[in-house]
Amino acid sequence: MSERPRLLELTNVSKAFGGLQVIVNLDLHVGEGEIVSVIGPNGAGKTTLFNLITGIFEPDEGDILLGGTSIVGLEPHQITNRGVARTFQTLRLFLNMTVKENVMAAQYGRTKATVFESMLRLPRARREEREINRLAEEKLGFFGQRLMGYRWEQPAYSLSYANRRRLEIARAMATEPRILLLDEPAAGMNPAETHEITELIGKLREEGGYTILVIEHDMHVVEGISDRVIALDHGVKIAEGTFEECATDERVIEAYLGLRSADTK
Amino acid sequence: MTLGGSDLPSPADRPDEPRVGVDDWVASHESREERKRGLVGVAARMWALLPPVGRLGVFVIPAGFLPLVMSQSNLARYAIYTLVFALMGLGLNVVVGYAGLLDLGYIAFVGFGAYGYGILASSQFGRHWQAELAIPVVALFTAFIGLLVGLPSRRLVGDYLAIVTLFFGQAFVLFVNNANRISFPHFGHVDLTGGSNGLANIDPLNFFGYKVHTTTQYFYVLLAAFALVAAALYFANESRTGRAWRALREDPLAAEVMTVPVNRLKLLAFAFGAGIAGFTGAIYGSVQTGAFPGDYDIGLLITIYAVVILGGTGSIAGVALGAIVINCVPELLRSQQNASWLFYGLILIVILMRVRPWHRCLAFLAGLLAFGFAVHALAAASWPRLTAAHPRGGGSLKGPLEHWVLLPSHPVKIADFAYVVLIAAILLVTRLDGWRRLLALVPTLYLAAMVWENLLIQQTAGATRLILLGALLVGLMNARPQGLLGTPRVEIV
Repeated sequence: MSERPRLLELTNVSKAFGGLQVIVNLDLHVGEGEIVSVIGPNGAGKTTLFNLITGIFEPDEGDILLGGTSIVGLEPHQITNRGVARTFQTLRLFLNMTVKENVMAAQYGRTKATVFESMLRLPRARREEREINRLAEEKLGFFGQRLMGYRWEQPAYSLSYANRRRLEIARAMATEPRILLLDEPAAGMNPAETHEITELIGKLREEGGYTILVIEHDMHVVEGISDRVIALDHGVKIAEGTFEECATDERVIEAYLGLRSADTK
Repeated sequence: MTLGGSDLPSPADRPDEPRVGVDDWVASHESREERKRGLVGVAARMWALLPPVGRLGVFVIPAGFLPLVMSQSNLARYAIYTLVFALMGLGLNVVVGYAGLLDLGYIAFVGFGAYGYGILASSQFGRHWQAELAIPVVALFTAFIGLLVGLPSRRLVGDYLAIVTLFFGQAFVLFVNNANRISFPHFGHVDLTGGSNGLANIDPLNFFGYKVHTTTQYFYVLLAAFALVAAALYFANESRTGRAWRALREDPLAAEVMTVPVNRLKLLAFAFGAGIAGFTGAIYGSVQTGAFPGDYDIGLLITIYAVVILGGTGSIAGVALGAIVINCVPELLRSQQNASWLFYGLILIVILMRVRPWHRCLAFLAGLLAFGFAVHALAAASWPRLTAAHPRGGGSLKGPLEHWVLLPSHPVKIADFAYVVLIAAILLVTRLDGWRRLLALVPTLYLAAMVWENLLIQQTAGATRLILLGALLVGLMNARPQGLLGTPRVEIV
């Protein structure tokens, strides 16, 4: 149903750890400018899917295409340089670096000055450093007042949980991606913060121009943001379509609730 | 957010500060703690206000006047070796402090530098290169060796990397010990390193025909080298490369996913640290006018690690401060008088700091004095031989000590016995708490003074120096686990 050009496409991807088949013959695509949600119970292979796309794991079979070219076999940093950025379900910030440095560090792949140029303060290094600063402030500014001002110079560990999630998104944005992979952005947040995240994801597409693939458990968030929903269970795609189509799909309900209530008398 | 609501106090006069109880307030707890502390806090804030060039100046400018006030031999003992340690520490700081790689073979790179310079500029092969050529060549060569060592270890983490690099460091010592009889197919036997005799007669540094020979000249060369390396490392740390190093130290996987080529940057850190080590080693070799295998062994490695850890891993100023403490304290302790002052001074400072409130502290000190005089008077009355001798440490403490501490005429056996009892007493004191501890501390400290005056003070050049240094380091690291100028690190929140 999507007429958009496909930005990310997985064809027939499989991955096993030892004897455990985590992803089985998965076909998946995300169109340019689309917001796609991946849902599924714990252990369905959602995070493994992200790890495959970002190059942390290599698929046993199948191909992953970004903008039409395969990214299988590339190092994670090369894949990020081509425009795939992610956040982590269990936050993985650089805790002992400042808030701003966290975002600045993610600019590594977009800058070129060698360490010798930096030591001698040569023009290119100085110019890039100014640019990195400006970009970091711009990305942090995306979150309103929450990551502004005095917080720039505070260590990342001093942020509240919700702000750390925001900082992870800012850091991913600083790699200047085409597609953002968000791994449970609303996990552990209270209802007000969850609502804010829902709006933020919309804003990321409207103002940031990102294509977004998101793993989320909170069905209100999924309903609020998704153009399309993909449901996984045991590494197999069991449903795909609009939120309503997925939410009413028998196999999805069975995956979440175990045996269907009708069968248990 | 309701927690920070209207019923909790909010400082109206300071609108910038977060309200008591909300997230921000809890998070900034640490900075409030930091702000309280008197002199140290003032110094820290002034330090933070200084521009980087000013911070370097704080160390370098006063140091520049040292040759005017110090004798040549003192300059060599205190200043030269402090600078050498500081330079070595700066290199190690890149590998351990920035990139977080536990490199236990680091000192071998210093050895490569010294031997490399020795091969290029000594009578060993009759080559006498100018320093402005030899030092860069040696530094680059050592960086290349660092790259080679890094290649197989770049995927290793933590303990495994430590084992591999430790092996490399030991292999280096073995190599230079035995590389005096290498046989090459066409050249016959070559004596590369002088074997266990090392390379003697290394040339003094020779820049563009200008020979560096006096201690003062070496001091200025080293000071300039330190300023240069420190400035370069500061800018490197603030650059994209420095941030990438720190990012991979914090979380290698996240760094890799955030466009940092982790393996390449680990290699770069390794080579970089090795290059600085080689650079320092070349200068060190010429300072010593020789390179000997025993110099580049575990002992020096531990010293340099102590410099970096004591100063605060990751901090350039910390390395300088660490080098000053680690080099100068043991040298100062060689004199009995200095050692005595440090011993009694430390005890007094710790008592003044830890025994609160002040009247209890005063009572404790008075009790300690009274206890000593009482014991002394009792001993003098019952067994005069126990008080027959005179204090061995000189100085202004001599008079009062003679009537306070027991000084037996034949101290060896009784002092040895007292030493064992002292250790038992210290163990006991740590098990007690409250007033019991304070009470037990009185005879323990008296015992310590007795052991000190009769036994330890006679060996200030040897074991005592190390015992005191060890005690000082334990105390400092207890007071500041993050190092003197380090920032406390948070692992998991």
